[in-house]
Amino acid sequence: MTEAPPQSREERILGIIETARAKRPRFRDEQITMSHGAGGKATQSLIEGLLVPALENDALAALGDAGTIAVDGASLALTTDSFVVKPLRFPGGSIGELAVNGTVNDLAVSGARPLALSLSLILEEGLPADQLRQEVQAVADAAERAGVAVVTGDTKVVERGHADGMYACTSGVGVVDPRASTATAALRPGDRIIVSGSIGEHGTAIMLARDEFELEAEIESDTRSLWPAVDALLQEAGPSLRCMRDATRGGVASALNELARASHVAMLVSEAAVPVHPAVAGAAELLGIDPMYVANEGKLVAFVAPEAAGAALDALRSVDGCEEAAEIGEVRTEPPGMVLVDTAFGGRRVMDLLAGDPLPRIC
Amino acid sequence: MRFVDEFRDPDLGRALAGEILASVEPGRHYKVMEVCGGHTHSIYKYGIDDLLPENVELVHGPGCPVCVIPMGRVDDGIAIAKQPGVIFTCFGDMMRIPGSNGSLLDAKAEGADVRMVYSPLDALRIAKRNPDRDVVFFAIGFETTAPSTALTLKRARAEGVPNFLCMCNHVTIVPPLRALLDSPDLRLDGFIGPGHVSTVVGARPFEFIPADYGKPVVISGFEPLDVLQSIQMILRQLAEGRCEVENQYTRVVPYEGNLRALEVMSEVFQLRPHFEWRGLGFISQSALALSDAYADLDAERRYEVPGVRVADPKACQCGEVLKGVIKPWECKVFGTACTPERPIGTCMVSPEGACAAYYNYGRYAREREVV
Repeated sequence: MTEAPPQSREERILGIIETARAKRPRFRDEQITMSHGAGGKATQSLIEGLLVPALENDALAALGDAGTIAVDGASLALTTDSFVVKPLRFPGGSIGELAVNGTVNDLAVSGARPLALSLSLILEEGLPADQLRQEVQAVADAAERAGVAVVTGDTKVVERGHADGMYACTSGVGVVDPRASTATAALRPGDRIIVSGSIGEHGTAIMLARDEFELEAEIESDTRSLWPAVDALLQEAGPSLRCMRDATRGGVASALNELARASHVAMLVSEAAVPVHPAVAGAAELLGIDPMYVANEGKLVAFVAPEAAGAALDALRSVDGCEEAAEIGEVRTEPPGMVLVDTAFGGRRVMDLLAGDPLPRIC
Repeated sequence: MRFVDEFRDPDLGRALAGEILASVEPGRHYKVMEVCGGHTHSIYKYGIDDLLPENVELVHGPGCPVCVIPMGRVDDGIAIAKQPGVIFTCFGDMMRIPGSNGSLLDAKAEGADVRMVYSPLDALRIAKRNPDRDVVFFAIGFETTAPSTALTLKRARAEGVPNFLCMCNHVTIVPPLRALLDSPDLRLDGFIGPGHVSTVVGARPFEFIPADYGKPVVISGFEPLDVLQSIQMILRQLAEGRCEVENQYTRVVPYEGNLRALEVMSEVFQLRPHFEWRGLGFISQSALALSDAYADLDAERRYEVPGVRVADPKACQCGEVLKGVIKPWECKVFGTACTPERPIGTCMVSPEGACAAYYNYGRYAREREVV
């Protein structure tokens, strides 16, 4: 029997922290606060500490953007999403358009071709009918653009003060594309990290649309269907495409962190390679926010085996709205579960999940 | 962005880092404290500590205005927020800071009307829109933010907005520095002086540090090249045996400060006889209250607050961490009872705190290896 070398106190403490990190987060809060909706650590504890253990099954445990189920030999993807964005209309989009694209994108990044949606509307007493008409039209237009049909739905009305104008919930079903072999645990060291375009536009547009800052800038939400981008990636990279994620709430940084944990790998991102429009960078600078944490509604992060990365990037850039797609980093081995970034200034730091997000109700 | 990117040039950064590496004595360990939370933020954001030689250590000082608010003050704020009819406003990062029984975010979830604002003027605007409700602004920060609170109070008075109230938690920078310097076990070689505070108070208030305590101070800007250059200036003073206040941030900081801002502050505020700092205990004349002339806008005089002192937990050693006496992992509760999700002490509260940073990045910082 060999004796383990004596551990320093620092080693031991770091060991305790590492063990605590690797454990499934527990949900121990006494009540729900706004941080549980922010996409950071509190959201993670709510999902992985309460929901997943209570509803235990393999499809859910994969924590993908959609769950997959086998039906008579076909693989179907199912997803659902609620939309509580404030204000209802904002530069570049509205709640109706978001409700279609958000759910379509959860299917798309799961490698599934979107087929059909359901639509539930929760309407507040007093909502002007014209506003509702506009949003229903926005749903119809977005569904047509995305090539999906809204095949079922529901409406509820609540008393004034119980919903902020309207909330929308959509569920979507899609068929997993035969070219797709993606999984959240499939990342391998050496894989390249690709974003499908410039980041941070949706969250910034919403922030400015709320008029809480006396700031004006030409920034529009990037809401759009990602299926064409996914289709191009599947066609070009096929089995070399390891995984995709749409970088919504919590931004690209949160998507990377979730997948680093799921695949037990590290990631190294080059800040200078991340496309950010000057207006977004300027607003983020003034507000003290890192665009890497700002929500997108039409951008995905893709992980591609190194030999296929160049072709995948070219294919992506030929898709409408993805002209600025870029390779921003690569998957590494150590330290597992962590995302590091080489800053544009030249230093290296950790890019962790946020503990809370100062900007609620962006989608 | 013009006039910003120039101060973030990676080539200049590498060159400066190279000069620093060449200038340090190999056997010597340097401990430099950045006083201000804004510098801590820059250091993390740009990975500046990663560019420094291993024997140059940055110690994160007491200048994070959110971290230094003691639990008792948070409790007092929550008590006011829960009064019927009150709209309670504060900066976003203040909302997560735990009191003895939950945070302002929890109070909001329990039904208190707590709103995040970005400036005291936002709170004043809310007060004008809600004339039948008291709107309380929870003011925090050093001399950097105190003038904007003072001007807002003056405007509320001038525009006749009697329902705008202030719960004042403004603190001053010199007393806690003196308290740190007075402790016999201090292990610091020099200070990166607070740039924004100095735009208001000037450089003169820091002269006691070299004069009485023999430590160099360099007042620094917040861009990465500013911080690196300031570290270089401190190391140069140490190498040359000099010890003085130098101003790296000359493009913003005048030696005499901003006299107009100081004047407004002295009109609206008065010094508190003492104030409690989380992790550092009571420090006399270290904080501001509204002056008698503004008593009618003082939330603490309008509302009963518990005013109970909640002791920092005994096991918490934030004071020693702040003084650079112990490293975060040497604290008895670090990583076990005290974690970023459930912080006990000030250094674990904000992501910029020394302990939270070490908790999140410690192993990486030690190994410096990404394979």
